Amino acid sequence: MLETSSAFRENATGAMADAGLQKALARAKPQFAKKRQAAVDKLPEFEALREVAKGIKNHAIAHLDYYLETYAAAVERSGGHVHWCSTADDAREAVLKICRNAGARTVTKGKSMVTEEIALNDFLEANGVTPVETDLGEYILQLRHEPPSHIIGPAFHLNREDWEDTFRKSHTDLPADRIFHERRDILTEARAKLREKFLTADVGITGANFLIAETGSSVIVTNEGNGDLTQTLPRVHVVVTGIEKVVPTIEDTLSLLRVLARSATGQDMSVYTTFSTGGRRMGDPDGPEEYHVVLLDNGRSGMVGTEFQDMLRCIRCAACMNHCPVYGAVGGHAYGSTYPGPMGAVLTPMLVGVENAGQLPNASTFCGKCESVCPVKIPLPNLMRHWREREFERHLTPAAMRYGLGFWAFFAKRPALYRLGTRAAALGLGWFGRKTGFFTKLPLAGGWTGGRNFPAPEGDTFFAQYAARQNGK
Amino acid sequence: MTKEAILGAIRRGLKRGPLPLDQQAMLAGRTATHPRHIIPARGQRDLEGRITLFTEYVEREFGTVDRLASLNDVPDAVTRYLALQNLPPAIVVSPHPTLQSLPFGTKPMLDIRFGVSGPGDLVSLQHAFAGIAETGTLMLPSGPTRPTSNNLLPDNALVVLMADRIAASYEDAFDWLRERGGMPRNVMLVTGPSRSADIEQTLELGAHGPRRLHIMIVDGEG
Repeated sequence: MLETSSAFRENATGAMADAGLQKALARAKPQFAKKRQAAVDKLPEFEALREVAKGIKNHAIAHLDYYLETYAAAVERSGGHVHWCSTADDAREAVLKICRNAGARTVTKGKSMVTEEIALNDFLEANGVTPVETDLGEYILQLRHEPPSHIIGPAFHLNREDWEDTFRKSHTDLPADRIFHERRDILTEARAKLREKFLTADVGITGANFLIAETGSSVIVTNEGNGDLTQTLPRVHVVVTGIEKVVPTIEDTLSLLRVLARSATGQDMSVYTTFSTGGRRMGDPDGPEEYHVVLLDNGRSGMVGTEFQDMLRCIRCAACMNHCPVYGAVGGHAYGSTYPGPMGAVLTPMLVGVENAGQLPNASTFCGKCESVCPVKIPLPNLMRHWREREFERHLTPAAMRYGLGFWAFFAKRPALYRLGTRAAALGLGWFGRKTGFFTKLPLAGGWTGGRNFPAPEGDTFFAQYAARQNGK
Repeated sequence: MTKEAILGAIRRGLKRGPLPLDQQAMLAGRTATHPRHIIPARGQRDLEGRITLFTEYVEREFGTVDRLASLNDVPDAVTRYLALQNLPPAIVVSPHPTLQSLPFGTKPMLDIRFGVSGPGDLVSLQHAFAGIAETGTLMLPSGPTRPTSNNLLPDNALVVLMADRIAASYEDAFDWLRERGGMPRNVMLVTGPSRSADIEQTLELGAHGPRRLHIMIVDGEG
């Protein structure tokens, strides 16, 4: 997709003023947290399972080279093919080649963030292959030419009117004056439209939530069943996924599945969790004849051994963005990147460079909620802090902020001077504001007083009071 | 070669070369023994307890459950269900020996086809390899006797599940699958009928897969 992360500030301002988006956010925000908590409360082992999940992913990453080779060998043994790809470009070419070899004109697609990351749809379309998104949310976004705004609920920024409007404009073979009585009618129309596509596609492309080294299986998780139809009906199944998805065994996968759906949608288990291993076997009455895995690096191997290695544990559940006050205020599009929210703020600079995405790690209040709900305990605020440091070191921060920080640092490194300064400021402001108790305007604090009053300090500073009390003892 | 470049970059990050053989052997051992992690206590019950829990979770996830005393009762249960849901008396049945030996002869009005579902089929009858009490989940592996399409294409998915095949946990069910000889091409774990919450976070059943999932739990030997 087109990255507009460098325009985060402008995007965010636009998002705050977007009434439709704010309506969607207000509807969704409380639901996410409530559902997750309900699912967690029903499973006493959940906290312990988070630690298990973290351990499994850490083990897999510490031996990533070994498990990738083991996995690839198992795929080949089951008759599948593995395509190793360093860059997005390599991955796009690999998928196109498979499509060309299959003589494909249309491909159906299950939901896959990695294919968003490599902008696969535009590339296929430019090369004469028509991709059809089959996840309901992804389908309407394709009709609207919009990127997803959430990694598991891609179209959650849309309201019902948007759905009806888009379907009327796109499905022109249906009566224009048809009435959508309820949401179900929208769903039924999409289902019928996509049925045709499932049955005629030559190639089906899905992502993978996990790759299993033991068996050479890829695992997808869906509620709609679109991923399963995508990988069952066409002659060729292509899995496009990242190298960090590999885990050693089925048992490891099952433990991760126990925290995935609960963290994501608050379900105990998604409706369809499907393990695919190679192509059609002897005597199989259905299923794809060919099975390919396009294994993408795209900067991931460069995270191994760095302070960002923890990010490779991410299982893309979206709990971090579902609980993030910044995401909740501006939605996903403002981030201008494939991956929004806290996990996106850490991952995006890795994928597109901190010079292009440095705004994202700054879009955080460091409240820590994301880390507290992460099923694999990624220290997201800390990783954002690392990016801020890198941004500062590379002089990418705006000059005013650099000078401001330098000014502040001068005092912060001299505690006596710092306390003297803050005490003078507190007492001074207290005296000036003694009549009303607040300020409606203050020099250099327009960002604050533009929206609310600034309270005048009352009494002495904490340190001064503390010192006075210690002396009084 | 790309593969070597990727593995090389990972090894540089890990500050080592390829894993020494003894460590490789250790990891191969872990994979071969595939140790279990924490298994939630809630599924760990006796058979009757597992059947109760399984039923409770299926129903909570908007599936329906029928308990039958024997396989001979299945044809009656199927026609009863079709009548109740106002469906035409036609089903496509997976070519599984258990399903093939059902006494459908008592139902001359029921149109039965053994094989793979097509786009026109409204109702399928599938045979479950296992049920999992922990979350009310069905295990449906692919193979000559269990076409994957029958789990997906028809609007109404009917499933026969032998009561003694309801496992406590996913791990137990996968152990049964391993005993039978490794991973089939496709293993579906199905928990309730298809759904989507993509429109305004409001749950609607019947997205791309079946709108209804009806499970017949049958007592007796599996």
